[in-house]
Amino acid sequence: MAKEGGLTWTVYDADKMTQREIYGLVLSELGEEYPEIVGLSADLAKSTKIGTFGDKFPDRFFNFGIAEQNMFGVAAGFAKAGLIPFVSTFSVFASMRAAEFLRTDCCYQNLNVKVIATHGGTSFGSAGSTHHATEDLSIVRAFANLVVIVPADAIETAHAVRACMKIQGPVYIRIGRGFEPRVYESFDYGYQVGKAVEMHPGTDITVIACGATVYHAVQAARILKQDDGLSVRVLNMHTIKPMDEEAIMRAVTETRRIITVEDHNVIGGLGGAVAEVIAGGGKGCAFQRVGIPDTFCPHGYPEDLMNLYKIDTDGIIEKVREIMGRDFEADEDWEDEV
Amino acid sequence: MPINDQELGELKRIAKKIRLDIVDVTGWSGGAHIGGSLSMVEILTILYWKYMNIDPARPNWEDRDRFVLSKGHGGVGHAVVLAHRGYFPFEDLKEFNHTGSKLGMHLDSKKAVGVEASTGSMGHGLSQAVGMALGARVLKKSWRVYCVIGDGESNEGSIWEAAMAAAHYKLANLTAFLDRNRMMIDGPTEEVMSLEPLADKWAAFGWAVREVDGHDLRQLSEAVEFAQSHLAGPVMVLCRTVKGKGVDFMENDPAWHYGGLSKELVERAKQSVEREG
Repeated sequence: MAKEGGLTWTVYDADKMTQREIYGLVLSELGEEYPEIVGLSADLAKSTKIGTFGDKFPDRFFNFGIAEQNMFGVAAGFAKAGLIPFVSTFSVFASMRAAEFLRTDCCYQNLNVKVIATHGGTSFGSAGSTHHATEDLSIVRAFANLVVIVPADAIETAHAVRACMKIQGPVYIRIGRGFEPRVYESFDYGYQVGKAVEMHPGTDITVIACGATVYHAVQAARILKQDDGLSVRVLNMHTIKPMDEEAIMRAVTETRRIITVEDHNVIGGLGGAVAEVIAGGGKGCAFQRVGIPDTFCPHGYPEDLMNLYKIDTDGIIEKVREIMGRDFEADEDWEDEV
Repeated sequence: MPINDQELGELKRIAKKIRLDIVDVTGWSGGAHIGGSLSMVEILTILYWKYMNIDPARPNWEDRDRFVLSKGHGGVGHAVVLAHRGYFPFEDLKEFNHTGSKLGMHLDSKKAVGVEASTGSMGHGLSQAVGMALGARVLKKSWRVYCVIGDGESNEGSIWEAAMAAAHYKLANLTAFLDRNRMMIDGPTEEVMSLEPLADKWAAFGWAVREVDGHDLRQLSEAVEFAQSHLAGPVMVLCRTVKGKGVDFMENDPAWHYGGLSKELVERAKQSVEREG
């Protein structure tokens, strides 16, 4: 079987593994290449799968107990010593419990700290709002120096974890609980931090998604083409910061309609960031943010919650049809709109 | 070796000079955290002039000992120490707090040479010191890490998270000093939020504790000698200090946690330091 980029596993294995398992595996591989990598956990080594690294490199793995603030401070100290710490915990704790330590210790000092924030969005559904992270992107996006990545599936997680080693500075990688279906057919799609991936071509409307919603956006685009004859462009905006502004502005001028779909509060995350780009771009278009409508979410299975907030395939189809029926200035003269 | 009489005289002279300059910089800067800077002068003096393995000409030398001022409000005191130790020109202190200056109230490790960690928000420095100490273990290095925390700062839960981690990992290369000046912004620590029995707390967290008069250079010296020979885990040197030490009208007055000084008050403060020293 073909191996990619020095990996010891294949795209077929990725099908059977969660994002977290892939993360644990890739980090273990990177640990061979980079002796300066250390792993940090706050009593979630098993849950976040960083334990895979710990099993292989017990002298470079440290558990700090349920004490996330200290863990991020220690990570800054490790980075100061010349090491490259990978810090893993649930997104809700990385972005909020430890927020100021991530911001002041790691980002302000622009340190080489890599955060793997698992169980993003509502992916830990039945655990309820105490364990949902529906605000993390809007919070960490405002931390200067921080690169923010939300991979769509296990394959992209592998890319992101490798790619963050090439970035000198802090990186926040948000993954789900890991039951997200595979989006990519192969590793070879030219992954690049900060560059959106066109998952489906289209000229009528653009759906911009990240993380678990990418799969559903692609499914929706296929169905809408077949059933409605609609041409739906799907952009996987895997990097929330720095954002691919060019891809967004191309979508504005070429498709005139955009919806964003995210497993996150509609305030400040993917939708908020895209809105900022559009507003600053000086070209209007029909636009809607689809996501958690500024509320705390109930307990429930992730797929039910995605359905509830219309960020699954059915929901995206509904939202696309809605916006396609909406009136807006549709003249083709862009010269009068700056 | 603990300090001898000759060293003691020299270190006392340095400490006095640092106090005088802290007063001056407070005057130049329009205001500074002078009380908590004056209370830790001897701790920094003994570390920077006697014990730390450092080379100010090579501030990024890999094998250097690290110093983290967890009570980052003491930035003005730390800056004066770094200038005297040769990390940057004394002239830079004249710009303290000014727009565009490399030096401000809470020192920025990206700008101020010799500053190992950007601190100022309470309860962050000790965790970073733990990371540096544990980092030495991973890298098989022999550098030591010294960290000064405040007593008001010890209200922060993160201090105790870090305390647990340091003891758990038996960080014998980490020595912390607690500047126990018993004052915080809103008043005496025991009125705002009780800390006692503080030595017992650190001992219960698994640290070897030494209690000293934080203005007595001999006692501080003996405590550092102990810390360097103690191989079982981290050492806490609990330093009984006086907030505003050396300036009679500031001592033990929480009003001097932060303040500005007129030219007249600068002179009065310096006369007081001269008398006491």
